Amino acid sequence: MARFRVNGKEHQLDIEPDMPLLWALRDELGLSGTKFGCGVAACGACTVQVNGNPVRSCVTPVSAVEGSDITTIEGLAVNASLTPVQQAWIDHQVPQCGYCQSGMIMAVSALLASNPSPSDAEIDGAISNVCRCGTYPRIRQAIRSLRASA
Amino acid sequence: MKMNRRRFILGSTLVGGGLLIGYAASRPSKHRVANRDAGERPYLTTWLRIAPDNTVTVLVPHSEMGQGILTSLPMMAADELDADWNLVRVEQAPATDLFANGVLIKGFAESMGVSIPGVLDGLASAATMKVAEIMNMQITGGSSSVRFTGEHGMRVAGAAAREMLLKAASARLGVPESELSTSLSFVHHRASGRSLTYGELASDAARFEPSSEPILKTPEQFTLMGRSIPRVDIPAKVDGSAQYGIDAHLPGMLYAAVKTSPVFGNRLQSVGNTEAVLQRRGIKRIVELDDAVAVVADNYWRAQQALALLDIRFEETTNDSVNSRSIYAQYDTALQDELNEDVIEGDAPGFLASASDIVEATYRVPYLAHAAMEPMNCTVHFHDGRCDVWTGTQDNLGIRGRVAKVAGLDENSVTLHASYLGGGFGRRLPTGTNTIDQATQIASHFDVPVKTLWSREEDMQQDYYRPAVTSKFRAAFDNTGKLMAWENHYIGKNEPAEAAHTPYSIPHKHIAYALSDTHVPFGAWRSVAHSQHTFFLESFVDELAHRSGQNPYQFRLNMLADKPRHAAVLRAAAQKANWERNLPAGHAQGIALQESFGSIVAQVAEVSIRPDGSVQVHRVTCAVDCGRAINPDTVASQVESGVIFGLTAAMYGEITIDKGRVVQRNFPDYDMIRLRDTPQIDIVNVESGEALGGLGEPATPPIAAAVANAVYILTGQRVRELPLKNYRFTAAPVESAV
Repeated sequence: MARFRVNGKEHQLDIEPDMPLLWALRDELGLSGTKFGCGVAACGACTVQVNGNPVRSCVTPVSAVEGSDITTIEGLAVNASLTPVQQAWIDHQVPQCGYCQSGMIMAVSALLASNPSPSDAEIDGAISNVCRCGTYPRIRQAIRSLRASA
Repeated sequence: MKMNRRRFILGSTLVGGGLLIGYAASRPSKHRVANRDAGERPYLTTWLRIAPDNTVTVLVPHSEMGQGILTSLPMMAADELDADWNLVRVEQAPATDLFANGVLIKGFAESMGVSIPGVLDGLASAATMKVAEIMNMQITGGSSSVRFTGEHGMRVAGAAAREMLLKAASARLGVPESELSTSLSFVHHRASGRSLTYGELASDAARFEPSSEPILKTPEQFTLMGRSIPRVDIPAKVDGSAQYGIDAHLPGMLYAAVKTSPVFGNRLQSVGNTEAVLQRRGIKRIVELDDAVAVVADNYWRAQQALALLDIRFEETTNDSVNSRSIYAQYDTALQDELNEDVIEGDAPGFLASASDIVEATYRVPYLAHAAMEPMNCTVHFHDGRCDVWTGTQDNLGIRGRVAKVAGLDENSVTLHASYLGGGFGRRLPTGTNTIDQATQIASHFDVPVKTLWSREEDMQQDYYRPAVTSKFRAAFDNTGKLMAWENHYIGKNEPAEAAHTPYSIPHKHIAYALSDTHVPFGAWRSVAHSQHTFFLESFVDELAHRSGQNPYQFRLNMLADKPRHAAVLRAAAQKANWERNLPAGHAQGIALQESFGSIVAQVAEVSIRPDGSVQVHRVTCAVDCGRAINPDTVASQVESGVIFGLTAAMYGEITIDKGRVVQRNFPDYDMIRLRDTPQIDIVNVESGEALGGLGEPATPPIAAAVANAVYILTGQRVRELPLKNYRFTAAPVESAV
């Protein structure tokens, strides 16, 4: 039995301990905002936060998140009020196809929570997610606009 | 070209107290819509619906894959209608034949005989498609939606609806139409101060015949077109609620993982260890297909795990011995044979035969995969003699037809549930339906929905690829340094037909090609044949500039005397990039130009060589003439996207074939540009006011040559094969050109 909280809600799932968190979220819990991109932690489309840390859920077995607090893209906005990162994504018209953006937003949110004013080099180092549409120039602008000193 | 607007037979009708207007798919005996309840064939493609509550709904018959079509097309209709954008709703048009592109094309062809956008024309003439089949297409591709459906459909429908509303207001208020004006979903009569909303007038308006030749606005009258309107699809893409094909989540659904023959087309021979696999938790069935095997389970991961435990064998064929080297050798042989003429002007062979100094070069590019972020998938549910389909596709109608064909059902027994696309780039065109075919066959064994989902490895190894291409050049100058003869012999002929044509004025041209098919499946890849030819053309032109001791920018400009739009775009890029002035030490610029899909793009790349010998692109300046920008911010984002897509291919893109199969498996060995590699991108919009050009693709072709041309200046090494990751450069700057 796997136990963890997703977006504040307690879940108990009768699933294999080695099932990746991604598939538990998508196929067992029906939370489809977290995306499957590569299955080998190379693209970041599946990024969620585990106890506030960015984690690539496609290679994270549920046994590794036992008892943890998991936040997915669906859990960011509280009472339909967007987070500053989500709002910046709209203000800068970042998404194109949008498929990678859940993971992108989760990774950026975690970065800014731990480092509210990252340098460009720190941004480049921390955000290695793939966006095939190439929305990177706008992602960079959006993150810069969110810096604490901005 | 003088624009003739008489392209569509517009129809209208009254539904629920509101006005519906759109293209009539067949010439009706009277203009009222057929009675659907009476079983008559409805003929009206509704693009616009004006409801009594004064909302305007625009139905968009194209797929949203990030290019902003759900916003740009409604803007065009709403602008002509003078609608209040805040009252405009957008809906995805259903996948029914009422919304087929073919209807539009037929209207074009019958009334005008004007050119049809390349992607549609190409598909219609391709060996696999008959012209009749184009009638059942709902294509999003060829950078065609805005300049085709928008310019000739949405705007006309909006303007016609506005004229009907004015007629209705005139009758209601008892004043001549000439005293009425429209704005923000109101008709105003200034003299009396009276106003009526469109919603109040909709039912009256539906009684008038829509004009097929409504008067369209001139650009200075636009209220929405030309403004950066926020995209309607973005809010759902920041909170996880946007639904892609892969997100179909249905009661009792099952999941299929598939392994297809890694050598394209080889048949399945045997499947072993099935009994043990079937005993695993959640496994429902093993489905054998002609060239693949699928495991169906109650969870995708369980299906994937089980698939890996099967002992799967495929038959061998002669294709098992094909590799990238043998393909290039095959190309070289083909180029020795008789060639097919593309462009013959003057006498290039004659000039070259007598020339003393001939410049020769051979260029190559490898196969490329699309690698859309959303791996290929399709959910199919057979029930009650019908079938429901969930998938993201660039041709909803075509895929509906494909599923019907594979399932042996009538098309009207198949319902396609459209969704957002997690990337298209040509991969989700109906020319590549292997996932759809598999999903349909697999689901036919069940009465619950089955989601067939490919792993990234399957997605990369079972793609329809941008072909590997070889292109050989010879050229010669006269004794004043003027380029006189241009010979280009290349492999393959794909859309657009003009991809190998250079815009430069050269007296003698001999452009010809050899067809040399391989077993590697072909697919349209963003910008299609331009993706390789612009690299070849603009690199070789650059070689010629340096060979003749001329500045690469000035050399090009000198040959564009009769192409003022091209010259203006090239100049704009060079000016904005501050061409070859004040560059940091160790940086160099390269330039490239091409017209594609009706838009002209010039790019300047500023590049340096890293200590490890790899290439770093610092800044890309991109000048674009797309005629006129409908949504300037969308233009910018499409240009940024096109540059980065092309840059990924130039830096990393390489699918190699070994033992008949694709070597690369996933992003670690088919890498992508990421944030840290992303250059600054500066865009100059050169608005010529000419006919609208496309935007989804034109920014992709020039970037590879622009970067490679800068690399030459830094290193003296001419890059004649991509990708750049295969080189370790050492900085050895060439003597700066004049």
